[in-house]
Amino acid sequence: MSIQSSKVNEEQVIYAKVLEAGMYVGLAILFITFALYVFRIMEPAIPLEHISSLWSQPVHDYLEEINHNFLHLDELPTGWTWVTLLHKADFLNFVGIALLSGVTIVSFLSIIPVLLRKGDKVYAAMALAEAVILGLAASGILQVGH
Amino acid sequence: MIAERFKLLWQAAMVLGLTLMASPAFATATEAAATGMPNDGTAWWVWPVVLFVVTFVMGIIAVLGGVGGGVLYVPIISGFFPFHLDFVRGTGLLVALSGALAAGPGLLKANLASLRLAIPVALIASTCAIVGAMIGLALPTNIVQILLGATILGIVVIMLTAKKAEFPDVKKADALSSALRICGVYTEASTGQEINWKIHRTPLGLALFVIIGVMAGMFGLGAGWANVPVLNLLMGAPLKISVATSKFLLSITDTSAAWIYLNKGCVIPMMVVPSLVGIMLGSFVGVRILKVAKPTFIRWMVIVILAFAGIKALTKGLGINLF
Repeated sequence: MSIQSSKVNEEQVIYAKVLEAGMYVGLAILFITFALYVFRIMEPAIPLEHISSLWSQPVHDYLEEINHNFLHLDELPTGWTWVTLLHKADFLNFVGIALLSGVTIVSFLSIIPVLLRKGDKVYAAMALAEAVILGLAASGILQVGH
Repeated sequence: MIAERFKLLWQAAMVLGLTLMASPAFATATEAAATGMPNDGTAWWVWPVVLFVVTFVMGIIAVLGGVGGGVLYVPIISGFFPFHLDFVRGTGLLVALSGALAAGPGLLKANLASLRLAIPVALIASTCAIVGAMIGLALPTNIVQILLGATILGIVVIMLTAKKAEFPDVKKADALSSALRICGVYTEASTGQEINWKIHRTPLGLALFVIIGVMAGMFGLGAGWANVPVLNLLMGAPLKISVATSKFLLSITDTSAAWIYLNKGCVIPMMVVPSLVGIMLGSFVGVRILKVAKPTFIRWMVIVILAFAGIKALTKGLGINLF
């Protein structure tokens, strides 16, 4: 029989707290920025009236069309290009989306010191590897297309 | 009184959702948007509102049917809405991710989701979800649609045949799970009993998460339908631990794939936010309806809806206009 109790591990509690905080902040920002967008408080890059004629196309065609008609950038707006367009309401929404997608990386990084202090080097290495993998996915280095 | 009210709300939501999907306005707007031409007289806000209503109903059904929102979202929205599959998959991942983020902290704090079990599994599943997302975005849309249809029909078969074991009999933990100290104790709320658990067949279980990760990334589905049987039936984790760890696991697996779709440009906020709010509010209502609904009937309804959506995805990919 195991001798451990039902007490939650320290790293699990820290992970949960970071995840929870990130989730609330991400959702709050997402809702606020969407309100700015949908109630026309801020101007979007792509006029609201045009959106429904664009989302039925494959992503590459969609990106080419919005770039040609509205954004006029040198390259298609993939990866982190949205950061340069944060003054536009539609792209401002990506802040909340990125926070929700990024909070897991922060959660993994936050438990590494606890795991190392406990001498759990294997799990510390796995947590670091997970953060690196998610960071790689987030970086935009991994490109693909059809 | 409250039960009656929820019953009425549930019926109203179902009728509203189905009426909207069957209405001539829905059909006209679908046709107009599917051609890629500007809508004739369809206001820009119609689709986000329809999306919100349908995802709200979907959120209720998902909770009552015991499935994740993502597995309903992708086949139904890609099959019956004008949005391209690229955007539906990106949004589906974010919908599943948000649900997992909302549930994850509570499950971890309650010691139902196990971080020690999740980390090695997540390492494999999230890496493979990246690969799956890259494959899914590289393949032609009709091929992905056909594979999605086949996968959804496979999920239907799993739902029809898979059994569950509340406390699987694990005589001896395997060497790998012992070395990683994957075990735990949780308090069963219904009896107040402390349940000790451990797992076995860890290498085989981890190997299966290669396939689960690839499929989650390729189709933008949450992978709870596959996570739970592997964690529970194969690896021997108690059902509650399996369900909770699976839900938490989605917050990691879907994060990796979501970034690939996000960086590729497959995320449109006007689709994401109404879907996310609709599913979340629907889940909230669904939890309350669960107390008065008949789960067996709902489960059968989910199976029928998924079978219908799977056939639709398959025929759409094959270019057959069946319905």
